[in-house]
Amino acid sequence: MIRHLLSIRDLTPQQIERVLQTAAVFQAEGPRIVKKYPTLVGKTVVNLFYESSTRTRTSFELAAKRLSADVVNFAASGSAVEKGESLKDTAQTIEAMGVDAIVVRHRSSGAPHRLAGWVSANVINAGDGMHEHPTQALLDLYTIRQRFPSFDGLRVAIVGDVLHSRVARSNIWGLQMMGADVTIVAPRTLLPPRVETWGAEVTHDLDAVLPKADVVYLLRMQLERMQVGFVPSLREFSRLWGIDADRAAAMKEDAVIMHPGPMNRGVEITASAADLPRSVITAQVANGIAVRMALLYLMLGGPAAQQPPREAEHA
Amino acid sequence: MPGPPPPRGRFPALPPGSVPGEASCLTFTPKATILDQRDLARAVNRIAHEIVERNKGAADVVLVGILTRGAVIAERLAERIEQIEGVRPPAGSIDIGLYRDDIGLREPQALAPTEVPPIDGKVVVLVDDVLYTGRSTRAALDALTDLGRPHAVQLAVLIDRGHRELPIRADYVGKNVPTRRTEEIAVRVAEIDGADEVLLGAEMPTVVEEAR
Repeated sequence: MIRHLLSIRDLTPQQIERVLQTAAVFQAEGPRIVKKYPTLVGKTVVNLFYESSTRTRTSFELAAKRLSADVVNFAASGSAVEKGESLKDTAQTIEAMGVDAIVVRHRSSGAPHRLAGWVSANVINAGDGMHEHPTQALLDLYTIRQRFPSFDGLRVAIVGDVLHSRVARSNIWGLQMMGADVTIVAPRTLLPPRVETWGAEVTHDLDAVLPKADVVYLLRMQLERMQVGFVPSLREFSRLWGIDADRAAAMKEDAVIMHPGPMNRGVEITASAADLPRSVITAQVANGIAVRMALLYLMLGGPAAQQPPREAEHA
Repeated sequence: MPGPPPPRGRFPALPPGSVPGEASCLTFTPKATILDQRDLARAVNRIAHEIVERNKGAADVVLVGILTRGAVIAERLAERIEQIEGVRPPAGSIDIGLYRDDIGLREPQALAPTEVPPIDGKVVVLVDDVLYTGRSTRAALDALTDLGRPHAVQLAVLIDRGHRELPIRADYVGKNVPTRRTEEIAVRVAEIDGADEVLLGAEMPTVVEEAR
């Protein structure tokens, strides 16, 4: 397997397939009196979260614990980061304590990449700025695989705030690697520059895309990352690019609605649409644990990488 | 959902679907046939009778095969016991990949789903193709413990090739085969390998090139 997971593109389609198959085994477990496996006993996983998170951090923590790894949670608030410690010093402090994997979330794009150059532990990107969130893409691929026999030619619409979304990047690239056909639906102001080079169709017209899509993936409006008005009003955004019960009814019969959470109910999705049977948002969360268990098993279950940090590559 | 994972085990050494460049592929070169198809059927038949005899019937027996080929043999034992007793004992399969004692020493193996019927208070007969160091059996015992509390656990193997590294012995043995450590035993079953036979031979390691 790979040493670090910084981008979904660090994985080959075959390796993604392997993660999904392994996750299916973890999820298929029948009645067990002991919920844990002894597999990673003696390994230590640090959750290094510089941004708030509920599901990703909890999901990684449960995944590591169900494989018997020791987990240390580190949040930027309440730590030496508040005293002005740099990412590098924090990383080297953690490294000195002898950890096997660092799961990192950071508001700056590329922070996990820098971190990987400073430490010899495996680094897993749990979301960096507006860049990538590869484990979210893996669990979304897994959730789609549960409902559709193949990614080949599957039509996936990625809707909303693509500009600020790390989930969008990882998902679009992951879906394309697996053979899906991705359409990006967003107002012009919420499209990243050079989006046309991503190999996905780009449109502003949600209603034209809805009846054709197998998966409608709604992105969260990242209001905390918006300093200026990207849309005239949230109400207008919702009316043009949000999913309500009427729009959900226009979807193909077996099509599903996905959302990485946390939802802004009433903005990108109405409460009534979020609770429809075709919404698989809670399944996404549930699948996150099995997918992250698979990833931790495949990344940490092999011979420990004895290589030194690869600082030189980033000098 | 992903289809059933490819058969795992030492033979054939690199299952289809495994990731090239990550596993070293072992090519098996046979020297001698230890059991042919009829010998293998007789061995399974005798073990089935011994299980019934030892447990005074098969009412409380649950067969649990260690994936991949142990699970096939467990199914066949269940079939034979049904012919003898008129009742088919429940049979399941267990993947021991997460319980192995060499995790961290080699690349993680592909996993397969564990499907074990309720074992609380039952007599579990663990079924494996080859008993060698005893480490797989140790892992399987730990895996069983996490699934329930059987009344007793017995071990049935098609081949016992010696060289134990742990204090483990089989209750039912198809055939004892003295081997050298450098030799390998290949158990082949029709369901996976297209033929029933047990071969003695040697393995030559090769590495598959990564195809990206």
